[in-house]
Amino acid sequence: MEKKKILKELEQQFAEKIRGTSSDFGDDTLIIDRESLLEVVQFLKQKPYEYSMLLDLTCVDHLGQEPRFEMVYHFLSLSAKHRLRIKVPLSEKNLSIETLTSIWKNANWLEREVYDMFGVRFYGHPDLRRLFMYDGFEGFPLRKDYPLRKRQPRIRLRK
Amino acid sequence: MEGNFILTKLDQIISWGRKYSLFQYPFITACCGMEYMGAVCSHFDLDRFGAGWTRFSPRQADMLLVVGTISQKEAPILRTVYEQMVEPKWVIAFGTCAVSGGIYDNYAVVQGIDRIIPVDVYIPGCPPRPETVLNALIKLQEKIKTQGQEWRWKRRKS
Repeated sequence: MEKKKILKELEQQFAEKIRGTSSDFGDDTLIIDRESLLEVVQFLKQKPYEYSMLLDLTCVDHLGQEPRFEMVYHFLSLSAKHRLRIKVPLSEKNLSIETLTSIWKNANWLEREVYDMFGVRFYGHPDLRRLFMYDGFEGFPLRKDYPLRKRQPRIRLRK
Repeated sequence: MEGNFILTKLDQIISWGRKYSLFQYPFITACCGMEYMGAVCSHFDLDRFGAGWTRFSPRQADMLLVVGTISQKEAPILRTVYEQMVEPKWVIAFGTCAVSGGIYDNYAVVQGIDRIIPVDVYIPGCPPRPETVLNALIKLQEKIKTQGQEWRWKRRKS
């Protein structure tokens, strides 16, 4: 399958910052380093690309691989009617990344969810608390090494 | 003797009155709520059994319907609601999630509300048919009818 035009242009623009690209099954994907995330997304948000919509932001735990975690960002360009996925590998030792809240407001809760479930720290986030789980919950439940049957009840259970 | 009168035991007549005047408090958290609406509204009509009146304060209710998944985060809220209800009170676990946690065997979900509060009738099904709900209500009425009025107090003290 022919690689999308946008990926070729980005490869020229950010040549040494791009780890890889792919267009499998029509999903254009860009793999970049943590340090260049803000620069790349700000570039993409402006004309002519206008990836102005942050659809989703999540994380993947590849347990047993290095780097173990991978942040995944989904963007939509309303003018080009095109979706773009950006992946950022993160190692377990330094599990942190710049926040996108200054660019997209909806990144606030999405990043809180990722922090809640995976423990990724977001630099510059205005309110990095757990979103779903309660205060006092220990560990990060969507990590692959979280025990399957581990329960942390808030109140003493019967029986 | 003149006039009409009936002879009965106090226990029996109170139980008879109670079983036909269940005020329900629906604690609805998930998709079973749709099925609950179907069971309560006119097609299946829970009101035929005297349990049609929904109270939106636990203090005025005596039948707690726990409809849907109860997460660990919600567990203290459910127990507070149960404790706010006045004796005598009964609990129905509505749907597989409330009964056992259902498919949600994970970190977030309480594996059955009987881990938090005592349950009188369990309704299986994901979601249960309205007929099952009516059957459960009849079962609860039988229980109310046959149980003495003091046993709950005794159990609570022990």
